[in-house]
Formats: sequence, structure tokens, C-alpha cells
Amino acid sequence: MTVRHLPPEDLLLDYAAGNLPEPLALLVAAHLTLAPESRRIVAELESVGGAMLEDIEPAEIAPDALESVLARLDAEEPEAPAAAPPLGSPSTARMTDSGIILPAPLRERIGGDVDCIKWRQRGGGVAEYDVLPNYPGFRARLLRIRAGGGVPHHTHEGREVTLVLDGSFSDECGHFERGDVEVAGSDVEHKPVAGPERDCICFAVTDAPLRMTGPFGRILNYFVDM
Amino acid sequence: MDGNDDSQSGAAPESASELVERIAQDRDRRAFALLFAHFAPRVKAYLRRLGVADGQAEDLAQDVMLTVWRRAHLFDRRQAGVSTWIFTIARNKRIDAIRRERWPQVDPNDPALVPESERQADRIVEDDQRSDRLRQAIATLPEEQADLLRLSYFEEKSHGTIASELNLPLGTVKSRLRLALARLKPLLEDVK
Repeated sequence: MTVRHLPPEDLLLDYAAGNLPEPLALLVAAHLTLAPESRRIVAELESVGGAMLEDIEPAEIAPDALESVLARLDAEEPEAPAAAPPLGSPSTARMTDSGIILPAPLRERIGGDVDCIKWRQRGGGVAEYDVLPNYPGFRARLLRIRAGGGVPHHTHEGREVTLVLDGSFSDECGHFERGDVEVAGSDVEHKPVAGPERDCICFAVTDAPLRMTGPFGRILNYFVDM
Repeated sequence: MDGNDDSQSGAAPESASELVERIAQDRDRRAFALLFAHFAPRVKAYLRRLGVADGQAEDLAQDVMLTVWRRAHLFDRRQAGVSTWIFTIARNKRIDAIRRERWPQVDPNDPALVPESERQADRIVEDDQRSDRLRQAIATLPEEQADLLRLSYFEEKSHGTIASELNLPLGTVKSRLRLALARLKPLLEDVK
């Protein structure tokens, strides 16, 4: 089974060109780990970058540059070759055969997998973990939503991009499973509900503070920036 | 194009893969010098376009070429052409040096990696010949589409930034870029 909900192409282009802020780049890299079709698209977009690099008007290089670089070659050790890919049956996008939930870019950022996370309970069966607490202008959080539970109604002033890592959720836009990405703009008021089979773990990046709506939400807004 | 190995044409894209492979197999310094002559000025120009000062752009361009030397044995011509490979090295180096961030990338050894299906793996993404056709196609794009590509790849401008700077609706920026890429896609695909 393949990932069904790919990110919009503009997000992949901005990734290939290096134009994303780190929280979104992290999300895309994690998605790419789970979605070979998206890796193919990014490879094509990087090819466009390569073609444009070929045609750029060359800059002047210092006349002794080659010489000084050649002198440094002796000190350069070849990088260790990549190890062979892990053996065993390939995990499908929908299951974590390996038992590993977080793709490597996230594991590296956090320092471990999901089981080492100190979740912060937000009430209503929702827990969160702030992945990039000091990155200005963005919230980048892992969310854990209790099986069958909902996330309090919310709209966004900016854009919210969500990557499912475990379990699933459904909302007005469809059903999202491991590897799927949903992008929601400020025009969407959505009510995601986690699938019944297990807790849903996802990585959500927003570029503006969430506005909670609904009666319960108005109270939560007091705490949104805590 | 003449066959003189010592001329600049030796570093033309068609033989760039060969040059990298000679570095990988034989630590061939002449091959490296040819690649350097071709790519260092282009990598530097790329960095200057992104606003990097001249001295630092010079240093980073040299670092990129040193990375080419160190990683030549990791280059796989079935996965990408040399210019694409060097573009990604330059992109990551720029982000590392200027933004002081490590560009998050897929780890090929990640146990969580979902591998390509056999059918997908059979498709070649790029080779040196396709790279040439791609460049020709870019040269024939309508100016408004080519401009947007340059803003994306060479000026670190996201779609949103382009829209506000050019005073265009975001939807227009997205669709122009989509049109440009749609014209280029047939040149990127090849099924065995």
C-alpha cells in the first residue's frame, strides 16, 4: 500500500530548492522517508536545480584556487561508504514492521523514538511534545491523540501541515495514515478524529498560533502560548 | 566539440559522470581539475545569487568541490546526474554555513525507510543526456515561468515570498511553476 496523500508540489519544490524553514523541512524529510513516490518527485525537482546550475553565468574564481584545493586533497579522507540497506522484509508505508515509528530526521532531532518522549497532556485525550521550541514563528509538535478521540475544533491563521506517523485520523478532507500529509489553510475549520485501532501520532507544523474555536476552545486559547 | 582531454570541453556534462567515477576509482587529480574548472565557477555564482559575499562564496565553492572529492565513490550515475548531485551538495552547504542549520534529509540506512517498489527502482531519473535536453527545455520556457524557476532555485524564495514580492496572487505563482515543471517532466521520466 502506498501513501495516498502527498504534500502539494509547492512544498516539495521549496524543499528541493532549499527554501523551507527548518520545521517544514523536517516534516518533508520525515514524509520522504515514508513515501518513495515523493522521493521520486523531489529527485526530479533536484534535477531541475542541476540543469539550472549548469546554465548559470559562471563567477570568477581566484586564479590560485585550483592549486590550493589540490594541495588540500591529500588531507581528505574518502567518506565512509553507506552501509547496505537493512535486511528483512521492507516495511510498507502503513505498518511499522521495524517497530520504529519516527523517521530518522525526527529521531535525530529528538534524540530517540516515541517511547523516550515526555508527553505533555493537553486534556481531551491529546498530548503534545514541542520538537523545535525555540524556532521563531513556528510551532512544530508531535501530537498523540487517543484512539477514537478528537482534537479540539480549531482553525488556523496560517498554514498547518500534518504528517501522520502512527495510527490514523479522518476529517472533512479524507482519511490519513502513516506517511500521509495534510495541509490546512486558514479557510478550513477541521475536526480530525483519530482512528479507533490505536492512538494517532502525528507531526504538526503551523506558521501561526492555533486559534481554538468552540466553547471549550475559547478557554484553551488562554493557554495556547504556554 | 573537440576530443582534447585538456580543454574545458573535457568537463562538459556528457563526460562529467566519467570524471567523478575516475576520481572514485583512481583518485584521478586531472579528472578533479576538469570538474573543478567547470563547476567551481558555477557553484560560486549560485552562492553569490543567494547573497553570499564574494570571499565566503569562494571558500564555500572550494568546500563543495572538496566534498565532491571525498564523496566521489558515493556518486551513483543511475540516481542523478553530476550537476544535480553537486547542486544538492551546494544547497546543503549553503544552508549549513549561512542559516547554520543542517538540512534534514532522508537517511538511506533508516530502518523506517519505505523502499521503492521494484518497478519504481527500474526507472532512471536522470542521466547526462537527459540533463542536456532538460537544459534546452528550460531555455525555451516562457520568460515568466523561467523567472519563477530562477527565483525558487537561485534566490531562496518560497512561493509565498515570490507572490508578495511580485505582487501576484499565490495561486498564480503556484500554477505558473506547475506549468513550467509540467513542461519539464516528460524529459525527466524514462521507463526501462
